[in-house]
Amino acid sequence: MADHVIDIEGLRFAWKSGPQVLDIETFRVGAGERVFLRGPSGSGKSTLLGLIAGVLEPQAGRISVMGQDMGALAAAKRDRLRADRMGVIFQMFNLVPYLSVTGNVLLPLRFSPARRKAAGTDPQAEARRLLARLGLQDESLLDRRVSDLSVGQQQRVAAARALIGSPSLVIADEPTSALDADARDRFINLLSEEVERSGASLLFVSHDASLAGLFTRAVDLMAMNKAGAPA
Amino acid sequence: MTALFSLAWASLLNRKGSVILTIVAVALSVALFLGVEKARSGAREGFENTISGTDLIVGAPTGTVNLLLYSVFRMGSATAEVSWPTYRQILERPDVAWAVPIALGDSHRGFRVMGTTVDYFDHYKYGGGQPLALSEGLVFDDLFDAVIGADVARDLGYALDSQLVLTHGLGAADLGSGHENRPFRVSGILKPTGTPVDRTVHVSLEAITAIHVGWETGAKNPLADSIPTEVIRSFDLTPKTVTAIFVGLERKGTILTTRRQINTNRGEPLMAIIPGEALRELWGVTSIAERALLAVSGFVIAVGLVSILTSILTSLNERRREMSILRATGARPGHIFSLLVLESGLIGFMGAVIGIVIVHGLFALVAPALQARYGVAFGGGGPGLLDLYVLGAVTLASLLIGAVPALAAMRRSLADGLSVRM
Repeated sequence: MADHVIDIEGLRFAWKSGPQVLDIETFRVGAGERVFLRGPSGSGKSTLLGLIAGVLEPQAGRISVMGQDMGALAAAKRDRLRADRMGVIFQMFNLVPYLSVTGNVLLPLRFSPARRKAAGTDPQAEARRLLARLGLQDESLLDRRVSDLSVGQQQRVAAARALIGSPSLVIADEPTSALDADARDRFINLLSEEVERSGASLLFVSHDASLAGLFTRAVDLMAMNKAGAPA
Repeated sequence: MTALFSLAWASLLNRKGSVILTIVAVALSVALFLGVEKARSGAREGFENTISGTDLIVGAPTGTVNLLLYSVFRMGSATAEVSWPTYRQILERPDVAWAVPIALGDSHRGFRVMGTTVDYFDHYKYGGGQPLALSEGLVFDDLFDAVIGADVARDLGYALDSQLVLTHGLGAADLGSGHENRPFRVSGILKPTGTPVDRTVHVSLEAITAIHVGWETGAKNPLADSIPTEVIRSFDLTPKTVTAIFVGLERKGTILTTRRQINTNRGEPLMAIIPGEALRELWGVTSIAERALLAVSGFVIAVGLVSILTSILTSLNERRREMSILRATGARPGHIFSLLVLESGLIGFMGAVIGIVIVHGLFALVAPALQARYGVAFGGGGPGLLDLYVLGAVTLASLLIGAVPALAAMRRSLADGLSVRM
């Protein structure tokens, strides 16, 4: 169990006075695993990610992330865990509009001393290295306003941000849905490579079943979630 | 905190347009408040400096403020006069160093005319002991010489040797009933003082008597003009009454005793006031309006602060996404709260600084002109303690007011989780 980055048992969640959204018997992600979680929109996947990231609290069951029981942790401790050990990529609009490309990549280091330490003595260089690894070598991009970037470039900046300071878990919520097929595959490959290099686990959520082959394991949320809430 | 500070700064820069407008609103409100406060303290200082060096003002019994108003501010008029023998009595008191009589009642084109002696120019002091000074000419020498204040000279365009005709009472010259037959000559022009002296035409007491020969019944005798001026010069022109007396004492220590003795004078009833005391009493009357003005400008600052609140609150909706990004990258709710409070505080701080700069710039620009024209030193010196207080108070208030949108954003970011429904 200690090997599991995510370990869920008997998890249940409903929004205030709403119907049950999630009812999951077990769901586990091992260290270094790259898991594809398939689910159409409205299937509760964003809620599940919120629970794993520690911004939501389960009503019943146990959800343990990196050995920490999220249900038993205080909100501040969950925030600290996320800040120190998780990276998150959204579907779109991932970037803070008033920060430069590097400013966005370095954002997690502002909130987490542990990440700052892990990023090494020269975080700027680390940011540039990650961006270059993700295919953004062009130095002139670095100080550009993020709104001037293409969506594909924005997503790669978001990936670099999720990876900086070597988090143990990277959560990606439909990061490729706004990309065309070429860009999508390239993005997933680059992301996977970097996740693998850093030894992190990856939980990648998408409605697009065709991506499943690019990961070490695929899970269908609809099959796993007994609540099966209507959209 | 420094991490959040640079974040708050970058966020403000990103919304330059609306942020600058808000800063301008705060700056103007702070400038208004400080301007009112500085003008107020300047006015008060000028007011309190209207007369100094005079220990007592003596007149016929009336109200303290009333006596001050007509003797110093040339406003209103005396209901009774003081007889010449009584003036002599006061002058001869052993505790009195000097006593200068004044006679009011006539005017010249809206400016009051005051009859007095040449001693007045030596003893009347203003602005903490400054004596009156002539910018041109000399004090009156001839019977029909006049020394005019700076405003009189400027407003009426008079120079040395200009001729002027006094009006009986306070009416306008063109209504007649004047002293057309006894024209005066400007012998001297005073430098500006910022006091009612600037708006006064000074003549000798004897001249007041001279132009009223033939007016003994209170109205002009039809034959009055037939008396040649040469004949009048030969009359005994010692006045029968004066309006008030400015008194300087030998020793300041006796001021209360002297005042009581004059107030309880056997014979002609008299009233003596201490100018400083009376000035404070008069200021007390105006201080209600003054405080109201200050309160209003205080409220303007409140409006400025509310504009910070509005600008941040309205930005929150479009920043919902940004907040959840910050949360996802590790920001705790406290970070979100601090970020918005910092933004609000920064706007308030910058607004206050710019407001202070505006006020001091404006006063520095205008002060020399005011000094030259009115003889008033306004808002002297650079930034003072008051500016520092206002800067501190406005910054603190904007930090506090920032807590409102900050709490809203914090609560919302907690509810939104990682997924924002756009």
